[in-house]
Amino acid sequence: MFARLTDDHLDDMGLTLDQLRSALRDYVEGMGALQQEIDTVEKLTIRGGFNKDREAEDFELDLIPGQITCIVGPTGSGKSRLLADIEWVAQGDTPTGRHILINGQVPDAKWRFSIEHKLVAQLSQNMNFVMDLSVEEFIRMHAESRFVANVDEKITSILVQANELAGESFTADTPITSLSGGQSRALMIADTAILSRSPIVLIDEIENAGIDRKKALALLIKEEKIVLMATHDPILALMGQRRLVIKNGGVAKIIETGQAERDNLEQLEILDRKLMALRHRIRQGETLETI
Amino acid sequence: MKFVTVSGPPSSGKTAIILQAIDALKERRFQIGVVKFDCLVTDDDKLYQKRGVPVRKGLSGALCPDHYFVSNIEACMKWGLEKDLDILISESAGLCNRCSPHIKDVTAICVIDNLSGIGTPKKIGPMLKAADIVVITKGDIVSQAEREVFASRVRQVNPKAVIMHVNGITGQGAFELSTLLAQTEEINTLKGKSLRFSMPAALCSYCLGETRIGDEYQMGNVRKIDLSSKPTAEGPKPLTLKIFLIRLALMRLASPERWKSCLPG
Repeated sequence: MFARLTDDHLDDMGLTLDQLRSALRDYVEGMGALQQEIDTVEKLTIRGGFNKDREAEDFELDLIPGQITCIVGPTGSGKSRLLADIEWVAQGDTPTGRHILINGQVPDAKWRFSIEHKLVAQLSQNMNFVMDLSVEEFIRMHAESRFVANVDEKITSILVQANELAGESFTADTPITSLSGGQSRALMIADTAILSRSPIVLIDEIENAGIDRKKALALLIKEEKIVLMATHDPILALMGQRRLVIKNGGVAKIIETGQAERDNLEQLEILDRKLMALRHRIRQGETLETI
Repeated sequence: MKFVTVSGPPSSGKTAIILQAIDALKERRFQIGVVKFDCLVTDDDKLYQKRGVPVRKGLSGALCPDHYFVSNIEACMKWGLEKDLDILISESAGLCNRCSPHIKDVTAICVIDNLSGIGTPKKIGPMLKAADIVVITKGDIVSQAEREVFASRVRQVNPKAVIMHVNGITGQGAFELSTLLAQTEEINTLKGKSLRFSMPAALCSYCLGETRIGDEYQMGNVRKIDLSSKPTAEGPKPLTLKIFLIRLALMRLASPERWKSCLPG
């Protein structure tokens, strides 16, 4: 094949034969790496650094798959920095001086630099679908980019799960750009849970509309994700095992969700369901003269 | 002094990313300067000035922007040395997708955004293909799946590069990028260094200011589009530079009037 390439072809590409050969070798290696299974993360450890006033955070926290950890604190308090530290697997080389360990060890540099070893998948309120594809085409493309073997099976299971989460159902033929906010969020969560390689999922609030938040979190936990959730919603916050309170660039406090809070969660859920039922009635064109 | 070339399609977020990285580098007490290359107009230099970053801009105007870049970059390097900078960053839009400002042994960054469409990594060519670091921007507004697909497309085009997500608005990832910049090699002259990719050749009558359309006005390195229905394996051969120069000389002798009309101005 190389022999059939003329000088003109190569000139057009700005390449020499040698460059082409080594580019091909890199490509095959790179694509091979994409097919490799990602190393399992059984435990992620955050070792505290210091806040903006150089006061020590003094904590060490293990996050394990299937756990939900909430992050609370005002805008600008340092929530993004904490997540960035995790994503960069900080080794005392970020402004907070934090250390991140994977499975109890100082991690390999690949967690920093290779896209197939990306630690954190993100889901946030502002995210939208921008591609002009149907739901099925979209999932297929995501699956193929990861060289997943049983693509059709994945498509079915993501579609089923996403419909479980979404209030209003959608089909494989629906264009992703015409999904409602709740449906989009449901598809993003199901797709991230089932197809993303990243062991950690960061969620920036889940709006209380058009999506079953409890089921969404349950799905992520079932898929063995470590869930970090920035939220100020009482129900979501109490669904977590613990809350990291961020202040002045540092983790100021770690609150474990206690029994009293868990009991209150039930109360909150009853209130929430009531509110959702009212919302449903509004959608159906009913009045709220009696509630 | 460290020297880094940053390129990327228009509006991909080059300036925003550089500004974020500069903020992170300043905290580390680095002196940074920027040279901005553009074609017609740019106000980006004012953004840098606002932050107190020494900046120079170069507008290529009627010249091929990448040819303009390569003939000026050594002088920019000298400017950076005079200013006693720790890091000089050159920012240029990769304009025709076939060019790239990346220089051998000089850290090369390509900035590309998630919104540009998944076909884009393939179209960008040498600017992306030959970069050491690929910075992907605007990740906060597309879905996780689209980010993953996009990054894997970038990976297909450039399997060796470090691929990073940096947010030009919030600065997420900028500190990490600044760490990579701080680790780049010291370099004090570009003399004798070469571009990673040759530039596309032009040199035709239109380069000399011809504006009229029609076969009789076309001279030099001209290539014809193939409009036949069956795809051909081999494109038409462009003229070599030697033959072009000979033709040019002949034209000058044969018709001085036409020669004059070819000259710009």
